Amino acid sequence: MSGLALSIRQVGYENRAFWRNPIAAFFTFFFPLMFMIIFNVLFGGTSRIGGASGLRVADFYTPAVITFGVITATYTNIAMMITGARDLGILKRMRGTPLPPWAFMAGRIVHSVLLAFLLVVIVAAFGALFYSVHLPWDRLPALILTLAIASGSFCALGLAIAGLVPNADSAPAIVQFSVLPLNFISNVFVDMRGAPAWINTVSEIFPIRHFADALMGIWNPLTSGSGFYWGDLAVIAAWGVCGVLVAMRTFTWEPRA
Amino acid sequence: MTAEAPAGEVAIEVRGLRKSYGSLEAVRGIDLSVVRGEVFAMLGPNGAGKTTTVEILEGYRSRSSGEVRVLGHDPARRERDLMSRMGIVLQQSGVQQYLTVREVVAMYAGYYPHPRDVDEVIELVGLADAANRRILQLSGGQHRRVDVALALAGDPELLFLDEPTTGFDPSARRQAWDTVRSLAGLGKTVFLTTHFMDEAQALADRVAIIARGQIVALGSPNTLGARGSQATVIRFSLPDGVVPAEELGITRVSGGAWQVQTTEPTRVLHELTGWAVNAQVELVGLEVSRPSLEDVYLALTSEEDQEGAA
Repeated sequence: MSGLALSIRQVGYENRAFWRNPIAAFFTFFFPLMFMIIFNVLFGGTSRIGGASGLRVADFYTPAVITFGVITATYTNIAMMITGARDLGILKRMRGTPLPPWAFMAGRIVHSVLLAFLLVVIVAAFGALFYSVHLPWDRLPALILTLAIASGSFCALGLAIAGLVPNADSAPAIVQFSVLPLNFISNVFVDMRGAPAWINTVSEIFPIRHFADALMGIWNPLTSGSGFYWGDLAVIAAWGVCGVLVAMRTFTWEPRA
Repeated sequence: MTAEAPAGEVAIEVRGLRKSYGSLEAVRGIDLSVVRGEVFAMLGPNGAGKTTTVEILEGYRSRSSGEVRVLGHDPARRERDLMSRMGIVLQQSGVQQYLTVREVVAMYAGYYPHPRDVDEVIELVGLADAANRRILQLSGGQHRRVDVALALAGDPELLFLDEPTTGFDPSARRQAWDTVRSLAGLGKTVFLTTHFMDEAQALADRVAIIARGQIVALGSPNTLGARGSQATVIRFSLPDGVVPAEELGITRVSGGAWQVQTTEPTRVLHELTGWAVNAQVELVGLEVSRPSLEDVYLALTSEEDQEGAA
């Protein structure tokens, strides 16, 4: 079998294993929907942010929760699964077969990206059904490109953090610490327009803010344009490239425990 | 050390292999060759360099110096042709927890150009009844069989087994031994490491005893125990105050107990008894013993403990 056929086959096995692991499936799909409901209940889905002409709460939290969910499906999942597989010796065993290493990695990454796309469909449909959030059909090319760049970059960052995490026991703490504070300052959990300028400056260093802002623009029914936010995409992609470089230096196949 | 391999096509060839980790030299100049179809055991205590050596042969580790050929390849290059022709059972390695036994065997079989039939492999390792169970539902012994099944999935010519029965109960060990014998029966070359002497003796055509990163003995399990160069031990006791003539080279073990090791037992015994008769001393409990394989092993590997090497 060619390397490409092997990695497609690997996606199938990854997928089968993923859905049989209740915890991973639960966190990836149930959490975003739960946040969606909580935020809409807390802030009133149809009330407007920033006055009568502003965005509805549901229009804000649909792309915000998608940002959160895509990062969980890619960055968090990859980091957890790679450190877990590394400490269990799964990676080492894989390394002892003729399967090309890139085919194994590609299988994992493609699976995570597919999960991310599925999650976008679910959250978008959920928003449309229950909170009459409009679907950005007119900006579909921009949405697909944004998701592709972001999910690929966050997978690369997941590999990078997996290389920096000492062992699987410490992975949840380190991974959550690297994401959770940024979610609060990146237009994901909280609308940042009222926040002090300096904290906006800080959040704009990191890729989560740019991903959230790009999705926010794509979902925003009050703006015009095709939805390609090239500046945001460039920052996300730059982080992705850094992720690849760090991963190449820190990745190991053998357990570190 | 003469490393005389039996005639035949060479599967593994190692010359002057060395491996250092910082200032620690884990492997200190190993020579060996393994012919096709042979079961070769590397026997040694923990920390002797077994796993380092086998992981160099498997392509996991680089070497500091020396020549290594595995099935005609340099394993450090990890060429796909070589990886396709060998199967590896690591000391510890996990499997995708949420897949079934049949799924993981099929998944691994797919990595190889000429895999064995999946159900045949499962049958061979005795997991037919558990084929549809998920990996995380298996017992420890069943896990180890999955390890062997995955190593066999690609129908390898050469199989590495790193301490295949460590942690097994006696009956599980016997079953594992039967599996290794059946692999040898299939014509596979098997390279195994173990720290159990009886395991090496039961399975291997040839055994290399490794201590402190060097091979200290190499041969068939039978000739290894009866090696002419191994010292015969002569033991006896003397009454208090009696000391044997110094030129006999006998050392006091404790109190009145004395002992000498020699490769010339006839001469030493002649001189010793001659001295005793002349001195009118009785050698109480005189005992002359040939070393068992266990004695050989312990003698060859005990230096390590004394020097406290890792």
